[in-house]
Amino acid sequence: MPITYYIVLSSILFVLGVIGVVVRRNAIVIFMSLELMFNAANLLFVAFAAYYQIITGQLFVFFVMTVAAAEVAVGLALMVAIFRAKHSIDVDQMSSLKG
Amino acid sequence: MDTLFTLVPWVVFAPVLGILINLLVGKRLGEKAVGIIGSLASGAAFIISVILAVALGQHPEGVVHPLAEWMTIGDFSVRWAFQVDTLSTTMMLVVSGVGTLIHIYSIGYMHADTHHHGDPGRFRRFFIYLNLFIAMMMVLVTADSYLMLFVGWEGVGLCSYLLIGFWYEKGEAGLGNARAGRKAFIVNRVGDFGLLLAMFVMFWAFGSLDFATVFAQAGTVAAGALLAITLFMLLAVTGKSAQLPLFVWLPDAMAGPTPVSALIHAATMVTAGVYLVARSQPLFALVPAAQTAVTWVGALTALFAATIAVGQYDIKKVLAYSTISQLGFMVAAVGMGAVVGGMFHLITHAFFKALLFLAAGSVILGLERGHEAALNGQHLRHDHFDPQDMRNMGGLRPRMRITYWVYLIGALALAGIAPLAGFFSKDEILAAASEQSLAVFIILAIAAFFTAFYMGRQLILVFGGKPRTRAAEGAAENSPIITVPLIILAVLAALGGLLNLPGLHWLETWLEHSLEGLSAGHFILWVALLSLAVALLGFWLAWSIYARKPRQKPAEPDPLAAPLGDIYRGMERKWWVDEFYRAVLLRPAAWLANLLAGPVDQGGIDGAVMGTGRLARLAARGLSLLQNGFVRGYALVMLLGVVAILTYLVLR
Repeated sequence: MPITYYIVLSSILFVLGVIGVVVRRNAIVIFMSLELMFNAANLLFVAFAAYYQIITGQLFVFFVMTVAAAEVAVGLALMVAIFRAKHSIDVDQMSSLKG
Repeated sequence: MDTLFTLVPWVVFAPVLGILINLLVGKRLGEKAVGIIGSLASGAAFIISVILAVALGQHPEGVVHPLAEWMTIGDFSVRWAFQVDTLSTTMMLVVSGVGTLIHIYSIGYMHADTHHHGDPGRFRRFFIYLNLFIAMMMVLVTADSYLMLFVGWEGVGLCSYLLIGFWYEKGEAGLGNARAGRKAFIVNRVGDFGLLLAMFVMFWAFGSLDFATVFAQAGTVAAGALLAITLFMLLAVTGKSAQLPLFVWLPDAMAGPTPVSALIHAATMVTAGVYLVARSQPLFALVPAAQTAVTWVGALTALFAATIAVGQYDIKKVLAYSTISQLGFMVAAVGMGAVVGGMFHLITHAFFKALLFLAAGSVILGLERGHEAALNGQHLRHDHFDPQDMRNMGGLRPRMRITYWVYLIGALALAGIAPLAGFFSKDEILAAASEQSLAVFIILAIAAFFTAFYMGRQLILVFGGKPRTRAAEGAAENSPIITVPLIILAVLAALGGLLNLPGLHWLETWLEHSLEGLSAGHFILWVALLSLAVALLGFWLAWSIYARKPRQKPAEPDPLAAPLGDIYRGMERKWWVDEFYRAVLLRPAAWLANLLAGPVDQGGIDGAVMGTGRLARLAARGLSLLQNGFVRGYALVMLLGVVAILTYLVLR
């Protein structure tokens, strides 16, 4: 399969993720959209790694996955804490720091 | 080399040791011990000075004793070294000798003074300041370079300021003494600036500030530079030695306690200017124009201040103007190159003027005590009574016998009655003037006449006649701790003339080792007779005006007021010099300061600074609207930003 297919698929996934982050108000869904963007990038990494026969891309995907896992753990912990305080995870209501 | 010379740093460190002891443990030792330690510290400096003088008898060429490296900048280095020669040792002897007597006197005087003002705790502070002054004066006179001299010069100025404002919360409107201290400090700053400028020019011209280097190369430098150096030095002299036009601080400096007036503002510090010119004689000798300027400044000051002294009623103010006048004599003498005459008068003046001030302090104490006795335990506020006003005195002769006799000796010595000290020293100056400039001679002779006149007036007002107030009636002699230093000083004032007796010229041969090209002062018979006649005439006139019809009540006008009219008012009001300065210098300066503080600083500069701040806050308020708190909005902006940057990078 030509590399173009991977690029197009990855781009579609990334844009979906972006739209999800910008449009949705539920924090959980926003996290899921973020994961989508991560994985769009991961897909490109492995695609090009295979294409150029370089192992570095594969390695980097593992790295991204660990970081993403850590980020989700922190993020979900924050969500739990916010939910306890506000009984909601609507991001539009988290605006105490506005100027 | 004589090992005795290595003692010289102790003339500075002995008083410093006194300061440390009094500062650290003085409070626990009590008043008496503080006074004794202070006096011992000063006395030790005197003993070392005597030892140095003895050593100089063996090695009259002197020595420069280096103590420490101060700073090194490139190939320019400054060290702290002590110059021991006959000139500096003479000053050391005068400063520490008179200083020690005044320390002893202060034990008695300040005990009474601090109790009178109701703050005995300040006794210790007084002795610490006094020791600091001795140390600083020693730094000044032992300096081997203009830079170290300047350190001492500033140091004594600081002590002067501290001691004038010793009772800083007292005086007119609770501020008078503090104001007097500030005035002295600021006026002195003008003069000190002159010395600083002289040093700058000197460094530019010679590349060094050491006496030895500068004097050795003096002949090789451009005449213009020398003229600038000497004239700036003259400015410094007018500040420190209270000459025209910067003399206005010295009369106000009488706000300090009387021993301070005696030590700093009569005997020692104010003579620093004379010492400076005497020390810099190799420079002045090359610039006749500067010498003429110095001479005229001195001569005019001598006359000007002497006339003002005639119209004063404050016992210390009379002596203050007399000091200015006598400093004028000395400055004129060193200006004419008659360094020996100037130094001779400096020494004798230190004796008799310190004596007069201390005796005046004794009179003031006696009057204060008489006043308290008159009140007889009534707890009245007695602020309206001025124990320094001579109109409140009178008839003190039988009540304060010792004080009267020493005062008489001091006054006669000051007026130049033979054979007391002042006769010989003043005569030497007059003789030098008669050989150089007739005009200067006449001015100085008239000043000498006024000197005798105002001293006669003061003697009669204070001691003659009958007591004019109950305070004067109840005045009594002071304890020996006060009278003994007076008696010693009186002996010195009487015999001080022996130092440089015509024909013997001990002082001249002594100073010759330090100063080149000295000429022995001539004794000119007609000058001596004339100065004696002038002095006697002054006394006779004072007697006939003031003693024949003695003042009965304090409030009477002066007998001179009616016949002299506006002239007398001018003498009384100090020729309106203060008013003149206020109108010509202070008012414009205050106006300029107000202008700079108000419209310029608060309006312009503050406006610009505040405006910047206000602008930043305004911008922040506008921009903070962007922080609307919607996380998704931020994400969108971030996205758009990334897209924009990427677009730019791709399409570039």
